[in-house]
Amino acid sequence: MSPSEEPKTPAPPEPSPLVAMVIARLGALVLAHASFRGDDCIHVARENLLEAARALRDTPELGFDLLLDVTCVDYFGQPDGFHNAPETWDRNHAVVRRRAEWRHRVNMPARGGEPRFALVYHLTSTRLLHRLRVKSRVPEDDPTIASLSGLWPGANWLERETYDLYGIRFKDHPDLRRIYLYDEFVGHPLRKDYSKHDEQPIQAYVGPGSDQPRRPR
Amino acid sequence: MSDQDQTSRAALANLAAADSRADLHTPLMRMQMGPSHPATHGTVKMVLDLDGERVVKADIQVGYLHRGFEKECESGYYYQNIPYTDRLNYSSPMLNNVGYCLAVEKLMDLRTPPRCDYIRVIAGEISRMCDHYLCLGAMALELAAMTPFLYLLEARELMCDLLDALCGARVTTNYIRIGGVSADLPDGFDGFAGERLDRSLKLLEDADKLLTQNPVFRERVEGTGHLPPAELIGHGVTGPLLRAGGVAYDVRRVQPYLVYGDLDFDIPVGEHSDNFDRYLVRLEEIRQSRRIIAQCFEKIPAGPVNSDDPRVRWPRKGKVFGRMEELIDQFKLVTEGGLIPPGEVYHAVEGANGELGFYIVSDGTGKPYKCRCRAPSFSNMSALEKMITGGMLADVVPTFDLINMIGGECDR
Repeated sequence: MSPSEEPKTPAPPEPSPLVAMVIARLGALVLAHASFRGDDCIHVARENLLEAARALRDTPELGFDLLLDVTCVDYFGQPDGFHNAPETWDRNHAVVRRRAEWRHRVNMPARGGEPRFALVYHLTSTRLLHRLRVKSRVPEDDPTIASLSGLWPGANWLERETYDLYGIRFKDHPDLRRIYLYDEFVGHPLRKDYSKHDEQPIQAYVGPGSDQPRRPR
Repeated sequence: MSDQDQTSRAALANLAAADSRADLHTPLMRMQMGPSHPATHGTVKMVLDLDGERVVKADIQVGYLHRGFEKECESGYYYQNIPYTDRLNYSSPMLNNVGYCLAVEKLMDLRTPPRCDYIRVIAGEISRMCDHYLCLGAMALELAAMTPFLYLLEARELMCDLLDALCGARVTTNYIRIGGVSADLPDGFDGFAGERLDRSLKLLEDADKLLTQNPVFRERVEGTGHLPPAELIGHGVTGPLLRAGGVAYDVRRVQPYLVYGDLDFDIPVGEHSDNFDRYLVRLEEIRQSRRIIAQCFEKIPAGPVNSDDPRVRWPRKGKVFGRMEELIDQFKLVTEGGLIPPGEVYHAVEGANGELGFYIVSDGTGKPYKCRCRAPSFSNMSALEKMITGGMLADVVPTFDLINMIGGECDR
């Protein structure tokens, strides 16, 4: 093997003009960045999310005043780029191996070592018309992150949806209730370990805000 | 007394301070409006605390049409998910088809032929007109104006005729494909479409004459549902609602996709951010869509309508039955769903109610790892509480109607 063919560690990507501007303003708050097909993305630590979001909104040159979307991706510990995806993550295979008596269980592959969830925020500016995606990883054993509903009131419902479907707890959220499913529903259906075929009987009504135990699973 | 009542009373106290008749108020009444209410077109429940006829507090509860769109998408191949997108905003299904397919094409870095782009714009604008006709017609009906409703629904039927001619279905179209469309325009479509569009615009003018200068209608919509533009932006409101507040944010203009950059059309904006401006913006958008379609028929080039990229192009049936390579090609495309690179993209189009975005995460297999729809109705509905609080109960109906909440899209 000639030296030119040896595998090299990829150099960190050159930031796009927008990402360079964001890094210049936010500095060390930006852990990593990526640009793919023209979409700019930055990663921030979850402790710094609120500070970074406030800077993105209030810095005049950035001016991200419109929070378009809040959602979550259950990466199951895999890195963002799914470096070894085909070998470790074959969902067709998982479906085949599922046995009928274990309907609630999906044979999941070994998890990766990264924090399990990634919160994803899509921002745009109605004045400067640029777009940015902000991602923040959240571990499974403590799925909490700061709420952005103090900065953008529209985050209220979007975070309720994320809480409902992924079980992420938003700190200082004014009204963290389920929004689509009923309060007694067990589990969070968009997590990868909640099988699509996982049927659930209608849970007994105990009323909102009640301390009564939920029906055992 | 529950916590909710306590908050309501505090809100009432604020109102009362500004009201000279403060000591005349009666106990609050809690009214449950919905989930199935004759004056709302959409399944949504509004729990309203009323002081007389004034709304003191509102709790909007959505989710009655939740069908697990995202979960369902994660278990289907990319091309199998297109019919699900029809069911998001079922009054403008083409726009959802276009948005989803453009997002997947962005992920694959795929270019479609120019004729395909024009056909997508035509189909999308027909759908946008459909949606606005339905919104305005249903609003008129719920404000007790029966005649405009009949005119506008007839206009919408004419648009559905066009969708029928394009793809054989009037509502659940499933017309756009990844890398193309399912069929070219039928012969003589521009003449057929021109005649239907002119008839529908004539009906729109009639409805316009019946409504816009009607004092009873003006009384209901002028000045109601007001929310300043800064708050609209804070709530993530986009589309006709935001433009009625004077912010000219339209994805077709700020980030042109398909061929919108080559077309000449205006973005109507309002100035008062009330229901009347929202109504006027939608009226004008229908006329602008007509302009866009007319230009597309003039400019549309001849040529193929489907991409020739082997990752998405299905081989011709004649060859599949006679040749080995095409048979394998077809087999792999159907059973493995095509080769999609790993990565994540967000692509937005201008839906009928605002920015409709699809955020797709791919792990390199034929099925999306995550397929998220950024639904305009959902963010728009989150601002409804602010719009109706402090107003009269009767104003809830026009405000809700002009938000045009579509349950399938809001609840997904």
